[in-house]
Amino acid sequence: MNALVRDPIQWTDVGAVTDIPMRGSRRVPTADGDIAIFRTGDGRVFALKDRCPHKGGPLSQGIVHGHAVACPLHNWNIELATGEAMGADRGKGCTPVVPLRVEQGRILLGRA
Amino acid sequence: MAKEKLVVIGNGMAGCRAVQEVLKRDPGRYEITIFGAEPRVNYDRIMLSPVLAGEKSFADIVINDEAWYRDNGVTLHAGLAVREIDVAHRLIRVEGGQAWPYDLLILATGSDPIRLPLPGSDLAGVVTFRDFDDVEAMTAASALPDSRAVVIGGGLLGIEAAYGLARRGMKATVVHLMDVLMERQLDASAGFLLTESMSARGVETVLEAQSEEIVGEDGKVTGLKLKDGRVLPCDLLVMSVGIRPNTALAKAAGLDVGRGVVVDDQMRTSDPHIYAVGECVEHRGQCYGLVAPIWEMCRTLGETLTAGSGAYEGSVLSTRLKVSGVDVFSAGKFSGGEGCEDIVFRDAGRGVYKRIVLEHGKVAGAVLFGDAADGGWYFDLMKSGEDVAGFRETLVFGQAATEGLRGLDPSAAVAAMADTAEVCGCNGVCKGDIVSAIAGEGLTTLESVRAVTKASASCGTCTPLVEKLLKLSIGDAFQEQKGPKPVCGCTHRGHDEVRRRLIAEELKSIPAVMQALEWTSPDGCASCRPALNYYLVCAWPGDYRDDKQSRFVNERVHANIQKDGTYSVVPRMWGGVTSSDELRAIADVVDKFEIPTIKVTGGQRIDLLGVKKDDLPAVWRDLNAAGLVSGHAYAKGLRTVKTCVGTDWCRFGTQDSTGLGVRLEKFMWGSWSPAKVKLAVSGCPRNCAEATCKDIGVICVDSGYEIHVGGAAGLHIKGTELLTKVASEDEAVWAICAVMQMYREDGWYLERIYKWMDRVGLETIRTAVEDPETRRALYDRFSYSQRFYRIDPWAERVAGRDSHEFNPLSRRMEFEPA
Ligand code: SRM
Ligand SMILES: Cc1cc2nc3c(=O)[nH]c(=O)nc-3n(C[C@H](O)[C@H](O)[C@H](O)COP(=O)(O)OP(=O)(O)OC[C@H]3O[C@@H](n4cnc5c(N)ncnc54)[C@H](O)[C@@H]3O)c2cc1C
Ligand code: SF4
Ligand code: FES
Repeated sequence: MNALVRDPIQWTDVGAVTDIPMRGSRRVPTADGDIAIFRTGDGRVFALKDRCPHKGGPLSQGIVHGHAVACPLHNWNIELATGEAMGADRGKGCTPVVPLRVEQGRILLGRA
Repeated sequence: MAKEKLVVIGNGMAGCRAVQEVLKRDPGRYEITIFGAEPRVNYDRIMLSPVLAGEKSFADIVINDEAWYRDNGVTLHAGLAVREIDVAHRLIRVEGGQAWPYDLLILATGSDPIRLPLPGSDLAGVVTFRDFDDVEAMTAASALPDSRAVVIGGGLLGIEAAYGLARRGMKATVVHLMDVLMERQLDASAGFLLTESMSARGVETVLEAQSEEIVGEDGKVTGLKLKDGRVLPCDLLVMSVGIRPNTALAKAAGLDVGRGVVVDDQMRTSDPHIYAVGECVEHRGQCYGLVAPIWEMCRTLGETLTAGSGAYEGSVLSTRLKVSGVDVFSAGKFSGGEGCEDIVFRDAGRGVYKRIVLEHGKVAGAVLFGDAADGGWYFDLMKSGEDVAGFRETLVFGQAATEGLRGLDPSAAVAAMADTAEVCGCNGVCKGDIVSAIAGEGLTTLESVRAVTKASASCGTCTPLVEKLLKLSIGDAFQEQKGPKPVCGCTHRGHDEVRRRLIAEELKSIPAVMQALEWTSPDGCASCRPALNYYLVCAWPGDYRDDKQSRFVNERVHANIQKDGTYSVVPRMWGGVTSSDELRAIADVVDKFEIPTIKVTGGQRIDLLGVKKDDLPAVWRDLNAAGLVSGHAYAKGLRTVKTCVGTDWCRFGTQDSTGLGVRLEKFMWGSWSPAKVKLAVSGCPRNCAEATCKDIGVICVDSGYEIHVGGAAGLHIKGTELLTKVASEDEAVWAICAVMQMYREDGWYLERIYKWMDRVGLETIRTAVEDPETRRALYDRFSYSQRFYRIDPWAERVAGRDSHEFNPLSRRMEFEPA
């Protein structure tokens, strides 16, 4: 690897995977709104903007099931990997995905 | 011309296999020398687990004995570690200083087990699990009577170590940081089953446990102390927390080293004369810890060193656990992901769980527990990328069931199935049994086939096949039939069956219910999880550990979420009665936290709206200080008890309606129920507390108390029905608690009392409540449960419980744009 080529994404360590309850989520506040970080039943970690594409519900407060979260306000199901609304609401909206890396149990969030 | 000198560092799985691959292709080409730090011939490292368990001996696991080295002209220096590679002069130096020249060098130094830098990690009795010496140390420790072992790390190795030690008579405990064993290979459902099977084999598991310190006496380990203060006593402590590629030699020699020794597709390092294979290698950014990729690397190296061709392109992995009687297989995207679909099969009787993950119509991963016979088949399908859409329906039944049907259209496929082909795996029913039952007994419905043959009566996964057989046999006469409404799409079972069986089978956790009742999704959904959590709360008060992640946000954080993501806070106001102190405390909290809206609710209390989530614990602390507790305005549980002023003030009051309301609320608050429960007590039939549109209402009359049930004034307006009449206030309390408990035990999740009443009938409820013994028993069960739930959830959170709920994970990005 050429050390002079900078990773275009700036990564910030925001905590350990184990700080997030399994099938749960935590928030990371930023200047333009919270980021929701989810940990699924099989140990994977995902990050989305904490805003439901429907009416802006805080997805971090929803029930995490499989690789989806049910929005706490009106129960849309959002796919964690893509931010897409699922099921009957598919195609109606999408929440931005936030770049995320897990390294040795630490969560790194990226800003392009 | 003298032969080129090929020198290998490492006499392990990779080093020796690389030599074999070279010999196989060109036996006379090189003069080969192997240096191995271990003082023995090449053996099968993965079989150390059965050796530890006493199921095999060292002799059984030798791969190449001394004769092999001799016969193949390979010189082995066993027990001699290489200390240095001198790349400039192309020689290696061993311990003692002697040097050996090479023309080509192969690094196969494997990896080292990671030792956690815990205080006490240098005590005697602290070991790792990597080579035969470790096995001998563990075996010796297990020989002491009543000895105990703790294994840190619930991965494959840790579990095999603990199992082996338990087989040798030790009391073994696995301590794991995560909440699922082998979480890198297993999902939560399979992990749960593994925990159970290990427990049946004498291995206890402590999950979500952080090790803090290894404690000892006289230089010997005596226990492991966890962060939460618990100490697990032990005489042997095995650290099995991962491996680190052994790159010291390569690094010192100036080779390119990342996590491992960096190699290209020909297994060549940054020095053209040096190659590397095995666990010490980093290839395309990937390090491996299993043998399958090592075999592939060695094959490529063999080709490179003989024919000059060959390329290694990385490996797809699968894992099997080597614990006798516990069949576990995992491969690929076992946990699914973007655009993936799951096919889940559970057979509670046999303890089987299978999850096949499909992506774009192809197998992308699988996790199998209890029956892993088809693991290889799924792995092959995954690697070949074959389109499986055509036999999706039978895929989960495995290769045998599927092969018969391949390439045929579904109905023809069913017709073509052999009579002996098994349709229902749970009950062992084959096609012939079903077809002859349909013809012989004139069956026309799924239910009747279930009743007669038991096919599809257990997990229901084969239901589509059974229906196809019905259609095939009787054509249009087949009526598709619906059983009780399933709880949700994750199961074929209805609420009644779930509630009945979780008690009968003493199922005490959500994964236990999902396995026993053969859920068809890996971890349920937002509909069934809260329902199961409630059923368990109700069935096992004091025993069941509430699953917060299966609660809707309001019940998880004990406040009501609002449209802008803030919360509302509703303190209890017993029977709608308050005081100047309480009002003052509320006013102070409003000022201090700048709460935007205060509103009197329809339930006779005060709602503070627009509280920021991070402020909740502090708001509650101040309210608690004034004696105010949660009003559970968010709960599927007891909400409010509205009252009117009654005999205390009203000129028409017949009884102390306010007092009875307060007494009921003080006794019943905190209880969870299938849906919300609202009560009201009116002092006379003028009914100012609107008792006749509540779930349970009391109308006081001169001669006593009329108890009404089944009202609602929300989406549907329903007046109550008169349930019974009692003479004393005590009896009123008993009757009301009895109705509440009956509803708690029998209602379906989200079914309000009026709907439950429609389903079971007013008469059934009346019979129970009017029979003194039944009433008493119901009341007692309610009281018992209340011992655990009549607790202010706010105070618990003020004291620090679930603090992660209210604090952001990190504030490091707070002032940066996302
Ligand atoms: C605050 C309050 C309105 C008010 O400002 O007065 C209110 C607010 C909400 N009601 Fe209500 N209901 C309130 C009294 C009522 C009443 C009147 C009563 O209790 O006497 C009714 C009709 C009586 C009844 O329940 O039958 C009522 C019938 C409903 C319903 C319909 C229930 C039904 O089974 O048909 C819902 C929806 C639901 O529960 O699914 C609902 C749901 C809600 C929710 C929880 C909506 C939601 O899911 O977010 C609102 C929460 C607001 C919040 O954050 O506090 N609310 N709601 C009242 C709180 C009472 C309290 O002190 O706890
Ligand atoms: C108990 C156990 C169970 C396992 N079970 C499985 C399983 O079920 N499935 C699976 O796929 N994998 C399993 N593995 C992993 C598998 O054994 C390893 O992936 C494999 O052994 C790695 O081969 P290697 O040659 O790279 O390293 P090793 O086999 O460790 O060989 C490296 C050798 O190099 C020697 N060495 C190191 N440095 C020097 C030096 N400077 N000079 C001389 N010699 C040196 C070491 O002494 C060692 O003998 C298991 C491992 C263990 C320990
Ligand atoms: S009536 Fe509707 S809008 Fe008003 S509080 Fe109840 S649920 Fe909300
Ligand atoms: S805001 Fe998420 S479902 Fe409405």
